[in-house]
Amino acid sequence: MFAMKTLLPVYQGPFGRAQAERLLWRAGFGPAKGEADALAAKGLQAAVRTLTRPPSVDTFAGPDPKDSRGHPLAPADASGHDHGWWLDKMVRTNRPLVERMTLVWHDWFATSNVGVAQQRLMIDQNELLRRFSLGSFKGLIFAITQDPAMLVWLSGYKNEQRAPNENYARELMELFTLGASRGYTELDVREQSRALTGFRADFRRGLGWTNFRYEPTKHDSGAKRIFGKSGRFEWKDACRLCIEHPLHPSFFVTKLWSYFVPSPPDAATQKALERLYVGERYRVHAMLEAIFRHPAFYEGPSMVKQPIVHTAGMLRAIGQGVPRGDTWAGRDTLSGQRLFYPPDVAGWDDQRWLDTATFRGRWSTVSAVIQPFAIDARTAVDQLYDPKALVTRALAFWGSPSLSNETIEALRGFAARGLADAKDSTKKRLNSIYAENGLRQLIAVSPDYLTA
Amino acid sequence: MTHCCDEFARSALLHRAAAQAGQGLPSIEPGMPLPAGTGLDRQTFLLRAAGVAFSVYGATKLPLAAFEEGIAGAAVGPRSRVLVSVFLAGGADSISVLYPAADPTYQKLRPTLAIPESAGPPFTESPVLRWHPAATSLAALHAEGKVATLPAVGYTKANQSHFTSRHYYEVGATDARLRTGWLGRYLDVVGTPDNPLQGLSIGGALSPPLAAAKVPVAALSGADSYTFSAPGVSGDMSSRLLETLGALGAPTTADPALASARRVVSQAHALRGQLVPFAARGAITSPVGYPVSRDALPSRLAGLAAMLGAGLPIRAVSLNAFGQYDTHNDQPEALAAGLQLTSDSLLAFQRDLEARGLADRVVTLVWSDVWSEFGRRAKENASRGTDHGAAGIGFVIGSRVRGQVIGGYPSLIDLDENGNFKPTADFRGLYGALLEQWLDIDAGAVIPDAASFPRPQLVR
Repeated sequence: MFAMKTLLPVYQGPFGRAQAERLLWRAGFGPAKGEADALAAKGLQAAVRTLTRPPSVDTFAGPDPKDSRGHPLAPADASGHDHGWWLDKMVRTNRPLVERMTLVWHDWFATSNVGVAQQRLMIDQNELLRRFSLGSFKGLIFAITQDPAMLVWLSGYKNEQRAPNENYARELMELFTLGASRGYTELDVREQSRALTGFRADFRRGLGWTNFRYEPTKHDSGAKRIFGKSGRFEWKDACRLCIEHPLHPSFFVTKLWSYFVPSPPDAATQKALERLYVGERYRVHAMLEAIFRHPAFYEGPSMVKQPIVHTAGMLRAIGQGVPRGDTWAGRDTLSGQRLFYPPDVAGWDDQRWLDTATFRGRWSTVSAVIQPFAIDARTAVDQLYDPKALVTRALAFWGSPSLSNETIEALRGFAARGLADAKDSTKKRLNSIYAENGLRQLIAVSPDYLTA
Repeated sequence: MTHCCDEFARSALLHRAAAQAGQGLPSIEPGMPLPAGTGLDRQTFLLRAAGVAFSVYGATKLPLAAFEEGIAGAAVGPRSRVLVSVFLAGGADSISVLYPAADPTYQKLRPTLAIPESAGPPFTESPVLRWHPAATSLAALHAEGKVATLPAVGYTKANQSHFTSRHYYEVGATDARLRTGWLGRYLDVVGTPDNPLQGLSIGGALSPPLAAAKVPVAALSGADSYTFSAPGVSGDMSSRLLETLGALGAPTTADPALASARRVVSQAHALRGQLVPFAARGAITSPVGYPVSRDALPSRLAGLAAMLGAGLPIRAVSLNAFGQYDTHNDQPEALAAGLQLTSDSLLAFQRDLEARGLADRVVTLVWSDVWSEFGRRAKENASRGTDHGAAGIGFVIGSRVRGQVIGGYPSLIDLDENGNFKPTADFRGLYGALLEQWLDIDAGAVIPDAASFPRPQLVR
């Protein structure tokens, strides 16, 4: 389990609440109440291991997810239940990095139910990705190549000797293992397609794609030439040749790193991570520890939270599970991230999470999160009339996240103007209540809270 | 085949779910009454833009800041020309859209996919070509001389990856590192720092061709749904809430992600101000009928025409066509469904512009991945589909467009070494022509090395 000796630098600065918050937002789904302080108290090494060496079994805190009518949420039975089911795992898990890496692989091997059209296959693929969350990428490549949802998504089940379908072979190299135009030619795409022939499935009305299998008679058993090597390659060779390609480790390291740190690794870190990756026989566990300990992780600039991370993080901070579990898919779609529906096989574009339309989606999600807890003007007691105190209490609603001074000032200004607008005590009480509700909304849509 | 139809059904359902989620949200903020005369039309809006609006709105509880911004943003400057970019995702198959009906080579390349000789409407410029039977609306516009056709647009040494090649078309250069879209760079030259509507993506997200470096652009799901409210907040605190959005977005920072988040918050605040007149549902009425569909395309085009009619300061627009054109499998059904709704919607949009007197201000560029990303391979595969190829098809539509073929039909015999069509026009030349002849700026300011790509005559 222990990483081999490497030249990878380790962050030496203070490890306080702000660093613990960043670690929890990037390697998980943000802190539950009190979690950031607890993690900060452990120090960097132990904090990282809390995430990377989780309990072997999932335990879920709080109530199981229900749909709007109070029925238990089954992931494959209706549109939106898939999204709510996984969101619930993100919110209640005691192994946040397992879920976060499952999300990384979902983006890496981006498969959409728009093309698969069978929720059950999508859920099965999700469980597969979860099994490999902290494991071997090589094992994952072999598993995903045979995965039914992937076979449907990239036409693998139609790729046969008679006329190879290049869809999977191209993306296997371009998006999954090597990178666009890196170390392969159009000829390699065609030869890899031949190596990958032989997977079949049947379509049954009412059932969808079923009976996934490998049929040797549909496989092109002839000699192929791939990456300059010759042989009667079949699908396992196609996977192995990609993983063992000299340009694979550099692609893998750059891409994995980019999920956690916004600027690319320096040359020495890149090399050391490549060596670690190959030395660990393509297992990701030690690499994740190295990235989470790296100075660039804590000292570098912030990252925009993915919409689903933002949503899960808010619900995690409140700590009461996922109410109305079937309703989150629609809102997260407006924010630009419907789970199981990435925009295409390249996954979500991490540079374009925020624009005016997706921002409005996030606004709506925040409203939905806070709505059950909104302070009711008819029953409220104990109202505050000091802007600073109002902001502090609204922050505590979210577990007191660290925000910039500029944002705190803008929030206090909002509360102060609202209180000043009121000319009598009745109106003052009302505006204090509106201000506190409004502050909860504004904190969770503030630019600081959208980044980590 | 049911599989592909399932895909479209799912896709349509997904879109509908998103739309319904949007409708489930309050369209009017608590405390903000419907403006008098809901169902705003162009005249009402123009009156406001001229300054009379103060009196109309003065009697309401609209936040003053949003009101001022809405007018200021919309009323700036003379009415500029507009370029609408419609993207057919996936690489539409050019020789199915415009097919050489009687050519024996076509029959040979497409033994199962070839469209029957007399099935589609004739292409009035050439006796040997016909339109896909689902593209009758395009054929009608073409017969009126309002469609310039580029049957094989591309570039030499086409990169067949979906994403690199698509990126090239989006940035307007064969440069993988370029991070601004070609329309974004156009806006950087002509746009202003306070008007995100100048570059408008209609749909879920910012469209890459519109990505600008210097000026803000906007993305929008629909003009009638851009409102902000919060649970347990009403009265004048609702206006305070919105004004705080502006304050949250204002501070500068060296952190790029935080800066981008603040920029978007500012833009959302400004955009909300500009769209105040559309904040009431039902505010959009169209002078012509649009296709009825679960897909958002017809209503998005109708909304766009209404926004242009209202004088909103829009210069470049991007939206996705209906359909999925990456037809590796079961092409006939997928292509027909996509082409039918897309071309019918485009015809309605053109008629709408004509009815509103806007047809001289708007040109629509339809780029299929067909031509935009790459095309599809000449020879069909064994899955009743076609794999990625090189050159694809594109259209430029508008009353001011010179409705003639550009580049010529590609040879079905003289293919490149990968069995793909050879392009007969270069996408950078097309962009250059649109920039110079329609948008009236030097292509060299937008397209790298623009002078080396000949510009066809597109505008009359």
